Formats: sequence, C-alpha cells, structure tokens
Amino acid sequence: MAEQKRFEKGKMVPVPSHSIIPERDLDKSPILECSHLGIDFGGLRAVDEFNITIGRTEIAGLIGPNGAGKTTVFNLLTKVYQPTRGTILLDGLDTAGKITAQINRMGIARTFQNIRLFSNLSVEDNVKIGLHNQEKYSALTGVLRLPKYWRQEKAAHERALELLSIFDMQDLASHQAGSLPYGAQRRLEIVRALATNPSLLLLDEPAAGMNPSETAELMENIVKIRDTFQIAVLLIEHDMSLVMGICEGICVLNFGRIIAKGTAEEIQANPAVIEAYLGKQQ
Amino acid sequence: MKNLKKTTKVDFATYIGVTLAFLIVSVLQGRDMLTNAMASWLVPVCCFIVMAVSLNLVVGISGELSLGHAGFMSIGAFSGIVASMSLSEAIPLAPLRLAVAMVVGAACAAVAGFLIGIPVLRLRGDYLAIVTLAFGQIIKDLITCLLVGYDKRGLHFVFNLDGLRSVNDLHLEEGGVAIIKGAQGAVGVTKLASFPAGYILVMIALVVVLNMIRSRTGRAIMACRDNRIAAESVGINVTKYKMIAFVVSAALAGAAGALFGLSYSGLASSRFDFNTSIMVLVYVVLGGLGNIWGSVIGAAVLYILPEALREFADYRMLIYAIVLILVMLATNNDQLKALVGRIIPRRKEAETNG
Repeated sequence: MAEQKRFEKGKMVPVPSHSIIPERDLDKSPILECSHLGIDFGGLRAVDEFNITIGRTEIAGLIGPNGAGKTTVFNLLTKVYQPTRGTILLDGLDTAGKITAQINRMGIARTFQNIRLFSNLSVEDNVKIGLHNQEKYSALTGVLRLPKYWRQEKAAHERALELLSIFDMQDLASHQAGSLPYGAQRRLEIVRALATNPSLLLLDEPAAGMNPSETAELMENIVKIRDTFQIAVLLIEHDMSLVMGICEGICVLNFGRIIAKGTAEEIQANPAVIEAYLGKQQ
Repeated sequence: MKNLKKTTKVDFATYIGVTLAFLIVSVLQGRDMLTNAMASWLVPVCCFIVMAVSLNLVVGISGELSLGHAGFMSIGAFSGIVASMSLSEAIPLAPLRLAVAMVVGAACAAVAGFLIGIPVLRLRGDYLAIVTLAFGQIIKDLITCLLVGYDKRGLHFVFNLDGLRSVNDLHLEEGGVAIIKGAQGAVGVTKLASFPAGYILVMIALVVVLNMIRSRTGRAIMACRDNRIAAESVGINVTKYKMIAFVVSAALAGAAGALFGLSYSGLASSRFDFNTSIMVLVYVVLGGLGNIWGSVIGAAVLYILPEALREFADYRMLIYAIVLILVMLATNNDQLKALVGRIIPRRKEAETNG
C-alpha cells in the first residue's frame, strides 16, 4: 500500500469559483469542478445551478433534507443521468458525452444508497470485478489460460485481499456477497469502489443502518482511506455526527439548489440551513 | 489438492466425468454391447450437450433469455455441410474436413450472433427473447428457400423466394452437385461425424465456457447479469460483455450444428424449429441456470429419455412431461434439500469454510 501521510483536518480557503477547498490542496488543481450543473425531469428542475469544487485530498459532505436532490447529483456526476445544463470537469477534463463506464475509468467510483452488490458472486469476485480495468488480458488469454492469465489472476487475488483488509474482511473472501450482514455489504461496496483505483470516491449514505459504534469505526476508516489512497471523498449522509466529524467542506442542498457552503461550524450556524431542516422560527 | 478452489474442483470433476462417460461408452460400443438405436444417439447427444452448455452461457451466465438457439445450430449445420461437401476434393482427410466444417459453422453462426446482437443487446428487458425467437423462425424459412450447388467453378447460390426456381437454376456444370435443395434441405451428405469428434467438441465447449467464467471476462459478464448499474459504475462496458457471451455461445452452437448436420445423410431446415430451441432451453433450466455440469447431465438425460421411451409409442411424450414436472418439483423442494444436506453435512461445512 502507498505510504501513509496523515492529513490534519484542513483549514478551508476560498478558490476562484466561490467554493472552498482545504489549504493543503491549493497548490494542486482541484479534482472536481462543477459549474452551473443542472437537470430537468420534464418540467421539474431537480438540480439547478450546482457549483462545487473539491480539492485533491478533501473529504466533502453533501447534505440536505429528503428529496433535496443529493443522489441526483451523484447520478449526474457519474452520468447515470446526462445533465441538462452545466459542465463537470474531472481533474481538468470535461466529462461531456461520456458514459458511466468511462467516467469510472476517468477516476470517479461510487457506492449506492440501496446496496448494489453482485450478490450471487463471492466477496472476492466482487472486488475482482472492481479490479476489472486494472487486469489487462484478453478474453482469449483467459480461455486459453496463458501465463499472463495466471500472473494477473494471482496479482488480482492478492490485491483483492489487501483491499478487503482495509475493513478487516479478508476472512469473508469466499462468502457469497448477498449473504453478508448489512453493514458488511456496505463496506464491501466501498472496497469494490476503491478497487477501481479512483481519484474521487462518492459515498451515498455510507452509515445508513449502522449503529453508533459502527458509524464511529466507519468515520475512522473513511479518513484512513483518504490518507492511504490520497484521494478525495464526497459523501451524502444524514448522520450529522459523521458529517460534522470528518467533512472539511460541507454543501447543503434544498429543492435542487445549494443553500449553503462552508465548514462544519459555518453550516451549523447558518440560518438558511436551520430553516431548511427545522422550518421557519415563528 | 486442498489448496484448489472449490470452483476449480467442480470444473475438473466435470471434465473427468465427461471423459469417463466417453471411455465407458466407447468400450461398450467396441464390444458391440450397444444396440443400433443407442449407437445412433451418441453424436446427437454430444451436439445437444454443446448446445445446452452454450445456451447456458447466455441464459444462465449472462442472464439474457434467448429463444432462437436452434437458429445458430441451423446456420452452423448448413454452412458446415456446404463447407464439407465443397472441400471433399481439396481435403480428402475426413477428420480434418470435419474440423474445418465445424470451424466454418462456428464462424458463420458467430457472425450471425454478432449481427443480431448489435441492435438487441443495447436494449434492456425481454427484447432479446423476442428477437431471437423471430430470428430462429427467419433462419428456418430462409434456408427453406436456399439452393446451393457446387461444381468446378465454385459455389452457386440461388434464393428461391418466389417458389418458382429449382436446382436447374443453379446452372451447374457437368459433375456438379446440388448440396442444399430448398425445402428438401441437404441431401446426399457424406457422414463425417463420429463419437470421438463429439467428445472432443464437448470438451472444447466445456473448456471455453468454464475457463471464460473463471476469468476477468466471465466475471464482467456475471456482473452485468447481477446488477447492470453497478457493473457500469465499476467501469464495465455492459454491451461489450453481453456481446462476447452471445457471440461465443452462437459460435459453439454453430460448431455443434455442423457436427449434427454431418451425422445424417439428409437434413431439412425444419429440424431446427422453435421446438428445438425450447428443448435446449429445457435442458438448461432443468440442469440449473449457470450450472455448466448440470447442463451436460440435463442434455444427456433429457435427450436420451424420449428416445428410450419410443417403445411406449403414444405415451412417451406424456411420460417425458411427467418426468420434467417431477424433476422441477424435486429440485425446488426445500425439505428434500434439507434431507440431502443432512446426509452430506460435511460438504456444506466445506462450502462455508471455503
């Protein structure tokens, strides 16, 4: 594994596009830049004027009441939906016209709110499917089992176990993915996403259905993943202890629009956010 | 041996089982212990095992319903027959000519599979089932209209679409032969197929399909089956991998068709109708979706059963149907499964320990 470098929770500084990123990422170009991103479903503006900048090693949070359009933003970033308006720059490259599989190869990996594992396959195979584009041998090599097949399969096996060990799941490698307990399935989805070697990891409600101690462990692990792989993380989460605990920059969405951006302290004090969550003070 | 993965063991058991069955039947045949009827089943059984294994790649592994698998077999059979008949002087060695015919059959079926796959595999849902159903029917009717002859100048094709043409319209030179005569099908075919050739084809099909499933390609195909959106999200080109499964399956069916075609002296295209496709699908479903050795056993047993029941004449399809229903009930019975689990508890333990 890459040499670990621990990042302290960064001081956030503004960047030109009226977003903020951690100070340590200032000298590098941001990993993700969205400008004027939006999508309409018929007459409904599901997401509008979504502008965000995420630094190379930032852990960013996307929060908002139910139905605010958070998962839609993820689906736009990964091109499950094609945006109606706006641009997405990933590592400085425009993603217009790309399909989901290409977006993954460009560096975005994600997990899903409702778990989407390959449930009939083993845990190890799930991770190996994540490694699909790093294994480079043709279908014919696989059928003929040439030496290249054995070399790469051995490497994939070792890499899969190494990735599973992040969550201490290497002993579950031969289990069927669909038979795992709920929390383990969520963790496996993260491992599978990491296996695709992303530079930006999107986590859709990673702590959903977890108890407080599991959530605390997950928080540590997300930070550990960021430190180990030196990647950016954008997460959707309703558990405020997790969001306020690890997210450096937080973006609040309501009715498809960003209503606030800032650090945890700024968000907690923002009247618009309080109104969106608790309603207007009488 | 302990370090081998469970899947590797199952694969090897499949190869060994097929080889043992081949050796035993060969020995029996050598000692004249098989009746003529039994001996005539051997090559078709091999063909239908390959058909079932290849259809399982599409239905069980790739998760798309294909109802026109006999169409690929038909293409393979007739192109194989044409290849074998027209090359009879160029390649006098029979086994080599059979091999060439099977390669030609596989290639033609693969091209057909690719052409159908282009529009259909991009769609979602049951479109593949509907289009393959139509494809099987179209192929059957097209070959009914096809006239093919061979003489010194080469191959001659005529499409008898208006029903007014005959073999004479091929304008064959003296010494030329008509290979496919429209509705009559292929006639006067030199029988080349043999049981060892069938065994080799079954082994090739098993190696191709099993090795593919255990490779990066097979994992990608199964990922598309289990969850298309998740497969896309980890960078898998879903259409490409569905296409690979479909084309490989069509090619194997084409090779099986060529072997099948060269085991009869005459063959009409009506032999490869919708019933044949459904019959192969039944082998696959009863053998277990995604279970390759299940397809081998399913095809062997269910092909031989109605043949062996011929003496019951009128009742044979009834008995066949009852057996199918009973197998369905038995394999879906939880109590029976629990009973089997109690008899062999060790196996279960080994599975969970992996």
